Amino acid sequence: MGIKKCLKSGALSPILYAIMISTLQQQATVSGPSCGGCCTRLINFGVTLNRISILEAINLHVHCGELTVLLGPNGAGKTTLFRAMLGELPYTGSLHFVHAESEERFIHPRIGYVPQKLDIDTLAPVTVLDLFAGALAHRPVWLGHSAAIRAKAFTMLAVVNAQTLLDQRLGQLSCGQLQRVLLALALTPVPDLLLLDEPVSGVDPAGIDLFYRMVSELRRTFDLSILLVSHDIPTAARFADRMIFLNRTILCDGSPREVLAGPCIRQTFGIDLAAAGIQQLENRSDQPVQHHP
Amino acid sequence: MTFWYYIAGQLPFEWAQFTFMQNALLAVLLFAPLFALIGCLVISNQMAFFSDAIGHAALTGIAIGALAGLADPLWAMLAFATVLAILVTVLRRYSSASTDTIIGLMMAFAVALGVVLLSRGGGFARYSRYLIGDLLTITPFEILRLVLLLAIVAGVWLAFFNPLFFVCLNRSLAKARGFPVWRLETFFAVIVALVVTVTIPWVGLLVINALLIVPAAASRNMARTMAAYVLGAVVISALAGVLGLITSFYWGTATGATIVLWAMLFFILSLAFRRR
Repeated sequence: MGIKKCLKSGALSPILYAIMISTLQQQATVSGPSCGGCCTRLINFGVTLNRISILEAINLHVHCGELTVLLGPNGAGKTTLFRAMLGELPYTGSLHFVHAESEERFIHPRIGYVPQKLDIDTLAPVTVLDLFAGALAHRPVWLGHSAAIRAKAFTMLAVVNAQTLLDQRLGQLSCGQLQRVLLALALTPVPDLLLLDEPVSGVDPAGIDLFYRMVSELRRTFDLSILLVSHDIPTAARFADRMIFLNRTILCDGSPREVLAGPCIRQTFGIDLAAAGIQQLENRSDQPVQHHP
Repeated sequence: MTFWYYIAGQLPFEWAQFTFMQNALLAVLLFAPLFALIGCLVISNQMAFFSDAIGHAALTGIAIGALAGLADPLWAMLAFATVLAILVTVLRRYSSASTDTIIGLMMAFAVALGVVLLSRGGGFARYSRYLIGDLLTITPFEILRLVLLLAIVAGVWLAFFNPLFFVCLNRSLAKARGFPVWRLETFFAVIVALVVTVTIPWVGLLVINALLIVPAAASRNMARTMAAYVLGAVVISALAGVLGLITSFYWGTATGATIVLWAMLFFILSLAFRRR
């Protein structure tokens, strides 16, 4: 542990050490019930930009192997939440990942991220392999690619059924293909938490279905915590284990059935969409993973 | 250098017999990869305007150097360009104004300040060498400086190209993967400032940006992969450099600008060979 190392080197006085330990213990009690397996915790999480509070008092445990869909009106702060979790925006409160084996270990989660849209020049001479090598390889991409990185990219692309795209340029891919490639990249290496920001906007219905099926399967294969922002309530209802309605803070949180029947969805998106969501629930073959109380 | 003079002297051309042309040819062959390597990322990062501004801001650096009584204003130019590069990156981070506006403002300020300082007493003409550049006067010592710079940039490009490239692609994605985005962006801006500033006396600040941008843009039209993009830019840059040097020798024109015209020709040709 880092603190102990500091203590040994004499950089940290024993008193300071005691204070830090007690703070950590306090945090542990503040964070409330344990999360069973591994989970990502946001405690009193908030974002204030230009003195305007965008998000406040967000307390959230995202459990491993759980697909949580984040709903909310435009401007509710969904993307801001993601950007703060990624460290792009300053935040208050805390964010950490708790391992299954050792409850005491608080670390910053390794986050996989799939942006809403990769704002890329369609003419850019960047292939899918270049993208992977840029993120993972040490050898500069202008000196070509090693066989190892090629194999690695191929394996991960195969997970999302996109291995044939390896040598395609990013600009040639369809929206759905690009999102699958980005998903494969986000899974390399396998993260603690996967953030998907409206990953299927601009993708055709078949592509949406494929994408959701894939994500749904991945959470089981890799025991992933997944947070997904979506506006597509019926599709979300078919795949989500849990739904959260966000507007500056968490207003509704629970199983899809609870949230869809609750007031949040009806008031914001209208009774028709809520009903459509509930109807999709009836069509589900699987039942949502029960999350811990 | 003796070795180089021997090789260049063997070239069966009239121009290749002059020492100053041999110097200039070596310099051009050093410039080419330097500009091409940086140009590729400048374009990917949409920093064409930034590098242009850094070039123009050199005026103020020259002026500060002249006021301080330095014989060679290079260090003043380097210092000023570095400060400006960092300032622009910081402003980009904390200001809500668009990057274009910030760079435009900084450039206007730097150029105006430079011109005011240099034109005191009507002595601006003395500095016109920096506007147009004069490659033919490059000395072996200055070439050595270029070799050093090339070595630094090549080293940086070997070690940091992938993170820099990834940050160019998408900042949020890079941040999520744990790349130190702001440090990398500042670092890149400083490298661009360094290269632009060091090479200004020979290329001229009016056209220096074109040497960064045009070969890379031409290569971008044709390349499918990053490797082809960078290598293509190096080749186009070298070809334009050598052809520009030779034609400027026969036409008696400014070398920097002549090279740019050749590079533009390659760019137009590249449009015809555009990949589908």
